[in-house]
Amino acid sequence: MAERPKPKASKETQPDRSAVKIFLDEVAKAPLIVPVLAILSGLILGGLIVALTTEEVYAVWRTSPLDAIRVGWDAAMSAYSALFNGAIGNPARIAEAFRGGDALEIRRAINPFFESLNKSVPYIFAGLAVALGFRAGLFNIGAEGQLFMGAVGAVWVGFALTGVPAIIHIPLALLAGALGGALWGFVPGLLKAKTGGHEVINTIMMNYIAFRLTEYLLRGPLQRPDSFNPVSPFIQDSAKLPRFFEDPIRFHLGFFIALAVAYGVYWLLFKTRWGFDLRTVGANPNAARYAGMNIVVVTIAAMSLSGALAGLAGANEVLGLNHNLAVAFSSGFGFDSIALALIGRSHPLGVVLAALLFGTLRNGAIQMQVSAGIPIDIISVMQAMILAFIAAPAIIRTIYRLRVPTGVADEIRVRGWGG
Amino acid sequence: MATSTATTVIKPTVEYTSTTRRFVMGGIFLALAAVIWLFFVRTTDPGAITTFGLNPGGSTQFEYPDWVFNSVNMLNILAGLAALAGGYQVARGFGKRTNLVLSLVAGAFIFGFLTWAAADQSLNLAGLLRSTLQRAVPITLGALSGILCERAGVVNIAIEGMMLTAAMVSALVGSLTNLWGGLIAGILAGGLLALIHAILSIKYKTDQIVSGTVINIFSIGITSFISAKFLQKYEELNSSGTFPQFEIPLLSKIPFIGPIAFDHNIFMYGMFLFLIVLHFGLFFTRWGLRLRSVGEHPKAADTLGINVFRTRYMAVILGGMMAGFGGAYFTLGSVGRFDEVMTAGRGFIGLAAMIFGNWRPFGAFGAGLLFGFADMLASKLAILGVQIPSEFLLMAPYIATMIVLAGVVGRSQAPAADGKPYEKE
Repeated sequence: MAERPKPKASKETQPDRSAVKIFLDEVAKAPLIVPVLAILSGLILGGLIVALTTEEVYAVWRTSPLDAIRVGWDAAMSAYSALFNGAIGNPARIAEAFRGGDALEIRRAINPFFESLNKSVPYIFAGLAVALGFRAGLFNIGAEGQLFMGAVGAVWVGFALTGVPAIIHIPLALLAGALGGALWGFVPGLLKAKTGGHEVINTIMMNYIAFRLTEYLLRGPLQRPDSFNPVSPFIQDSAKLPRFFEDPIRFHLGFFIALAVAYGVYWLLFKTRWGFDLRTVGANPNAARYAGMNIVVVTIAAMSLSGALAGLAGANEVLGLNHNLAVAFSSGFGFDSIALALIGRSHPLGVVLAALLFGTLRNGAIQMQVSAGIPIDIISVMQAMILAFIAAPAIIRTIYRLRVPTGVADEIRVRGWGG
Repeated sequence: MATSTATTVIKPTVEYTSTTRRFVMGGIFLALAAVIWLFFVRTTDPGAITTFGLNPGGSTQFEYPDWVFNSVNMLNILAGLAALAGGYQVARGFGKRTNLVLSLVAGAFIFGFLTWAAADQSLNLAGLLRSTLQRAVPITLGALSGILCERAGVVNIAIEGMMLTAAMVSALVGSLTNLWGGLIAGILAGGLLALIHAILSIKYKTDQIVSGTVINIFSIGITSFISAKFLQKYEELNSSGTFPQFEIPLLSKIPFIGPIAFDHNIFMYGMFLFLIVLHFGLFFTRWGLRLRSVGEHPKAADTLGINVFRTRYMAVILGGMMAGFGGAYFTLGSVGRFDEVMTAGRGFIGLAAMIFGNWRPFGAFGAGLLFGFADMLASKLAILGVQIPSEFLLMAPYIATMIVLAGVVGRSQAPAADGKPYEKE
């Protein structure tokens, strides 16, 4: 490979290497360096796009290019500061609120931070879903559809079941969500294991079936009786995930459930025999078959479990935040979750961190849209670029002149259509 | 690997004569016949009359009289034909013609459905066919884009993204310059995204599905961004207009078919042209043989002196340009302006049509017609007063694709090296 620079000299022959160089070499070997640099590059390119799409830049450009660069820089900076204020909270306002001591004002000032945590919840679940699939060598591109079915299951149990205490109602609703998602993962898993039909195609198809089915349900059986719009009834109070603060902070139990589930997935993947089987099937199906592992069962179970995780994402949105279901309640969690799983290197901890990052960015972008006039979609553009850098680490290595580490598996390979 | 070079080029042929497949197929024919009898005939009044209009509207050179017939008699004939086909299939089997008979039986079933839906009503059959054909255009172009890429061994799930970006770019450039400028810009935008896909998946050997996902996310983001930032603010940047319709001189005079198929704008004719050119190019030229060999067995192709990388780059970029042409249809060929995520999954249906059509241009066109028909009918169901939720009809293409992919009805056969990066040794 052309981008693999040969080490000029080994450690022994070059005793006078500076501490900085040793440090840089060590950093280049760390598994986190590529994701971190990819995210950084994505943020830089995002700022560049913001600057390039600011009209004032072009107005100033005719008179003074230097001023234009400054205007562009200002535009990008004001966008990112709005993003920060929207994502974490305005530091000045928080300080002011605490000095003032008004409880409502404090809650309002720190609300952005908790709202970011809320935004991360579906990303954690959906990212875990895709990551689990990757570990089993399966590309679950259908998290979006599984998420819809999970939301349908959760909202149905949430409003139809009455007169049960929250301690029973909430787990049941979550379970229904997981089952809805699991069903949507089970079908492609079964088809993959039994007929070899590629799960990428089948999960894409299942996505659209889920959208249509949800539309049908919301215009028919699940429609709110007094409404002409395709929305479900509100869920019972007993099914709502408890919130920890008063309004306007909507921070709810779902965040901690997500963290617990992430730990559960970690434990399952790396501490149990079944997880070992799953990873073996993903890494080398032939070896797994030779070792007597049941590939059919592992494939079906992994897809179902992956679907269940994505279903929990939908269930948490419904039970924790929206309390009802509308047609367009999710916008692209499915595709985003692929990015998260890859950025997090399909490790539950990495996924949680990546989900926190993107939940925070997405939440901050709302404020950025309002106050800096930058459409929220810039986050998707940045996400795509970060994903490209993660998926092709050679690009990042070339830009930042990093050495290729030895013995670190870079990318996740998925088998082609043929099987 | 070296010894298998000669044999792997020959694809494992579909087992047309397999007994299971024969019975499954026969069962499907019989089931369709049974559905016609049980659901359509029994719910129709014996004296009901179906009226089919045969003029698609628009062009008024010919006026064909309406086609009027007794609904139940027609349904009985159709069911009888389907049952006969089913009986023959179970007893003897149609062998290699099974797929042809399947499409005929499916056609009879659809015709039966329309007959039933239009019992005691009037239905403009020609108008339905015309609008089916129109809806098939973006789906088929998307499928052709996929065929170009995947026949060369590069999976392209980014058709949707390429189409979406091309739709936006062609609306924007079309508003700034003229329609042709917009069209060319749209095609180039598709080609540019395809170049990124090619670089990521051929040069950097990124997983091709990941790379496709990158392009899909990027496209949704950048088109919505520019739409929200500029197109919605300055209306004059988003009013490209549409290509005018024109009749093809001789072909439009063909009775019945002429006004349905040969009175459209350039996207329809472009689709027909690319369909024929791609079919001929892929299967009857040296260019096509090379392209397919790279998709089936790149190592063998390399050994014979074909430049695998260059062929793949060429195929993917051409595929992107095809998707760009298809994307421009949404703005320049249909509504004349861009709206956020306006492709609404047509690229993915195109992907499905590609698989459904077994990676062949005319197969994909057939699938595109079928999916376009489902799409069109879903919007007409309410008018016809049929008590089937339109959502179920819209699901049909996806379910059908999954069934085909599972090999229950017929086996779809992907190019052998599809999705596998090629490493030169």
